Amino acid sequence: MKEFKGRVINAGYFKGEAVVSHQGVNTLATFQKSALAGAKSVTVSDQNNPDLFGKNITGKALCLPQTIGSTTGGMVIQVICSMGINPACMLFSEHIDSLAGAGIILSVVWENSDIIAIDMLGDEFLSTVKTGDTVEVLEDGTVRIV
Amino acid sequence: MYTPKTTLTEEQLAIMNGSKGEVLAKVAETVIRYGDMFGAKRLIPVTHGRGHLVTSFGLSLLKPVYRTMDELIGAGLKVEEGFTMDPRPVDFVNVKCNPLDRLLFSTVLYGKQKDYEEQLKKLGLAGDDAFSCACYFDEMGNVPKKGDILSWAESSAVNYANSVLGARCNRNSGMIDIFGSILGYVPEFGLLTDEGRRAKWKVTVNTTKKPLPQILGSAIGLKVTEDVPYVVGLDKWIGTELTDECKSYLKDFGAATASNGAVGLYHIDKITPEAVELGESLLEEGYKEYVIDDAELERVRNSYPVMWKDPDKKGSLAFIGCPHLSANQLREWSENILNALEKAGRKKVAVRTVLCTAPPVAEEFRKTALYEKLYATGARVTSICPLMYTSNPLTKSRRLMTCSNKLRTYSMARYYTDGEMLDIISGAGSKA
Repeated sequence: MKEFKGRVINAGYFKGEAVVSHQGVNTLATFQKSALAGAKSVTVSDQNNPDLFGKNITGKALCLPQTIGSTTGGMVIQVICSMGINPACMLFSEHIDSLAGAGIILSVVWENSDIIAIDMLGDEFLSTVKTGDTVEVLEDGTVRIV
Repeated sequence: MYTPKTTLTEEQLAIMNGSKGEVLAKVAETVIRYGDMFGAKRLIPVTHGRGHLVTSFGLSLLKPVYRTMDELIGAGLKVEEGFTMDPRPVDFVNVKCNPLDRLLFSTVLYGKQKDYEEQLKKLGLAGDDAFSCACYFDEMGNVPKKGDILSWAESSAVNYANSVLGARCNRNSGMIDIFGSILGYVPEFGLLTDEGRRAKWKVTVNTTKKPLPQILGSAIGLKVTEDVPYVVGLDKWIGTELTDECKSYLKDFGAATASNGAVGLYHIDKITPEAVELGESLLEEGYKEYVIDDAELERVRNSYPVMWKDPDKKGSLAFIGCPHLSANQLREWSENILNALEKAGRKKVAVRTVLCTAPPVAEEFRKTALYEKLYATGARVTSICPLMYTSNPLTKSRRLMTCSNKLRTYSMARYYTDGEMLDIISGAGSKA
């Protein structure tokens, strides 16, 4: 078991499957198709992200450096949280970026979402965790790869 | 109740605690929590009051947005100095759709467009023509000055305002844009600070010919992600004056850095205002370096996936102008299309062609003889957002083409250079 400690953006407990992107996650490109289709879960539609493309990330721990791309990003996160098809948690190896940060806050303040967000987990976290691993996220920002 | 980390004035704290109503309190809490996440020490006044909002489309699924807008309207809140918006998603006159597309756009996808625009009017929409991603065009009238503090979203507009105009704006998300504009304050962090505007990368352009802005911007965006790059060697190709041509180049370059990465600000040595003023002192200690030569641009270009089901088939629809074309770009493209058609011995474009520009630019252009000639070729001028058009699931089976790296990134459209696109449109090329 390996353990990492990050900063809590929005606290919560989670134990489940990790899906890992080693490159910045383009929020609009990732969620657009599933959101537009009113899908019951998100199948990643970002053609430029080979780590995530075609994978289902709803209810999972999305492990990523940061998000990138269009400034609709935060609102897109708010929408997928409102639809209940969001990843259960977003685990950032770096400092959270302004779009994802806005999305988490909009979801929490305006949608009462319980999406968990932890940032600053470090580069080693992202190089250690693999897609399909089970991760346990604690309220204090501890992330265990079990 | 939320306990802010940011130091607030008595007035700001009172607003967050509900002195001006519950809805403005939620707006303030959102803005303050946003700042806290990034270590903002205080909220500072928005000095360029005219906002710009990224969410211009009445997508039926955006229920949280409409609900929030209704809450703002119900509380009597609005952006006092008004705001511009990103482009509308559809234009049935100039971008013709088949009945199925039309039904899908009008009911399923953008069925809330009319209602949403009614909401926007109540919140301060600057006018019926206020819809362009390039709100900073003179014709659009939303041009901040150097040092202005903004509460905008739209990645390419923020990128341009920061870099080319020297204004200060973070890469705000949709909704944060209007919240800051209504509140009149934004948290001071990131690109609003001198420190946050320093460059972590020195990028040297070492090419043997003028690099295409779309590919140069893409290469830099992919490499530096959200960092600020300081680019040297570009003045050799685009000069040192911010002419219309230079600004158009930087518009397309910047949009590619913002969409292929998350660049909110770039400095171009000897050209952009802060680089002219401060030069390489803008580079942070220990900056990283990236050298771009012809081979690197070729590598980046060749890395773009082709998402068409059958890449060997001909393209069916060409979009030009994402971000919207400037007036000089629209003229140049029109002249180039006419010349290429003449050279190819054709009167009509070989493939459906749509040029996108800001509403006031389109309005002026439609008064010219050049427009009449272009129209006669079958090419059309519109003010929609091509990305919103291509978000139609029915376009999956079509073969869209673009010379915009932003549109390529967010759609199934295949990227072609300007020259290749011209060949395809005129029928001179064999790829379409």
